[in-house]
Amino acid sequence: MNRSRIGYSVTGAALAILFLFPLLWSGWASVRTGSGFGLENYDRLFTSDNGVRPHHVINSLVVSALTVGGTLFVATLGGYAFGRFRFPGRDLLFLVTLAILMVPYATILIALYVLLGWLGLEDTLIGLSLVLIMFQLPFSIFMMRNSFEAVPRELEESAQMDGCASVGTLVRIMLPAVKPGLITVGLFAFLTSWSEFFAPLILLNSTDKFTTTLAVVNMRTASHGSIDYAALEAGVVFMAVPCLILFAFMQRSYVRGFTSGAIKG
Amino acid sequence: MTTVISPRREQPAEEASRRTVRRPRRRQTRRAWLGIAYASPTAVMVALFFLVPLVLVGWMSLHKWPLLAPPTFNAPDNFADIGDNELVRSATWFTVKYTVVITVLLFAVSLGLALLVQHRRPGVGFFRTAFFLPMAVGFASASLLFLGLLSDEIGPISDLLRAVGLVDGYVSWTSGSANSALGSAVVLVLWRFAGFNMLILLTGLQAIPPEIYEAARVDGASRWQTFRRITLPLLRPTIALVLTLMVTGSLLAFDQFWILTRGGPDNSTTSLVMVIYREAFIRLDLGSAAGISVVLLGVLIVFNVIQLGVLRRRSS
Repeated sequence: MNRSRIGYSVTGAALAILFLFPLLWSGWASVRTGSGFGLENYDRLFTSDNGVRPHHVINSLVVSALTVGGTLFVATLGGYAFGRFRFPGRDLLFLVTLAILMVPYATILIALYVLLGWLGLEDTLIGLSLVLIMFQLPFSIFMMRNSFEAVPRELEESAQMDGCASVGTLVRIMLPAVKPGLITVGLFAFLTSWSEFFAPLILLNSTDKFTTTLAVVNMRTASHGSIDYAALEAGVVFMAVPCLILFAFMQRSYVRGFTSGAIKG
Repeated sequence: MTTVISPRREQPAEEASRRTVRRPRRRQTRRAWLGIAYASPTAVMVALFFLVPLVLVGWMSLHKWPLLAPPTFNAPDNFADIGDNELVRSATWFTVKYTVVITVLLFAVSLGLALLVQHRRPGVGFFRTAFFLPMAVGFASASLLFLGLLSDEIGPISDLLRAVGLVDGYVSWTSGSANSALGSAVVLVLWRFAGFNMLILLTGLQAIPPEIYEAARVDGASRWQTFRRITLPLLRPTIALVLTLMVTGSLLAFDQFWILTRGGPDNSTTSLVMVIYREAFIRLDLGSAAGISVVLLGVLIVFNVIQLGVLRRRSS
């Protein structure tokens, strides 16, 4: 018994170090300079020819805000509809939404590229955000439907007795009740849209539309000859810090939403 | 299980007391319309950005579709060309090889981690967080992180191995040889995704009732017997789900090779999705890219349907 306890602790600790090491190393490498420690690498990240520009960061923030806002809007209304209303075609629409998970998006992005061109949304942040919202829907709709189903019916009915209109009931009574679901969905949408690489790579062409992820990767792929590894690590840290902070604050709801969505989706 | 409003079902009640039933029925119709209204943003998004592209990718695969000129019908040339394309053949072979390697290794590591942290013991929360934390870093960022970590210029790995005498001289893990490039990507994916799959397997492990383990212990079953006869069979639905996610994810690998190995050396780590990208945006032939997409899509759907069937049969 005692021996297995020690075995568990030693194995666990060794593996934990192994998993944490790359994260800690990138933080260390990003501040290490030729002569000691400093912010020179970050300086090069933001000033070198292929580097990150302030508008890349703004683009990322815009895409994340649009994706989070749009996902919350569509998934709240949709989750309410699926969780609380009966209407023709409800189950079919729900199934088709979940089917987005079955069709890996790398295979339809070529078509989405052409489609956004027809809609006049090629190479725009709005077009990219709409696509990212669509990819968020299976998880988000599923999550919000479950959240709305878990709210006691009496709460909604008493509000309607008091003469609350349907939209009023939703905003004033239901939304506070499904707040944990909203947090998970919003957080998930942020983490995905903030770090997404493949969709922006296909849908954005001009460098001034690039998101931060694209701009940082571009420092690697557009460099002929030597790669500025230290500046890349600074970029990695710059990208990861918002995610790690959010994750630290909301780990519980994030992990819970993650597993429930992954298990049943 | 469709719950469509059907007036016929309500008829007996309606005949019994016409007056009292009419109002709730009208309310029900009103609620049905409200539901449709609330669901309409979802319907528009799904139709416009999922169903239309799905049909469109099929339509495009039947055409010569240059990036900057009007398309012309040319079926089945795009599909016929797939067989002749040397790069598609090597990429298919590589993607299948990568999928097998990743699925086996990632599953073994994830299950090992899940078994390690399944019980409430001191430090278990910290271990779980440590294993899961890489998931908070975007995959593209993680690929860049490993590019530096494995580089000879600033990475500590080569120095470490030189110090213990396992290698000597300059080593290039990500582009030195086909095997070391593949190995680099495998290590990256294990680091980034093991915690995620551990979490899914953990929920499956915790759904097994403790009484069953208790009964096995009373019967004098050894640890290995308990694992073989109880844990594995009862975990089967979760295992099927995790394997599906791993296989689908690996068949669509892109970021890790695009960033870490650039598909090299000599296209030896070029995955299928990289070929799709190359056809569309470097060779500017969207029709050919759509053709490969359709084939990949077909394979994945068949695979997922089979998996789902297995999943359902075993859980019922």
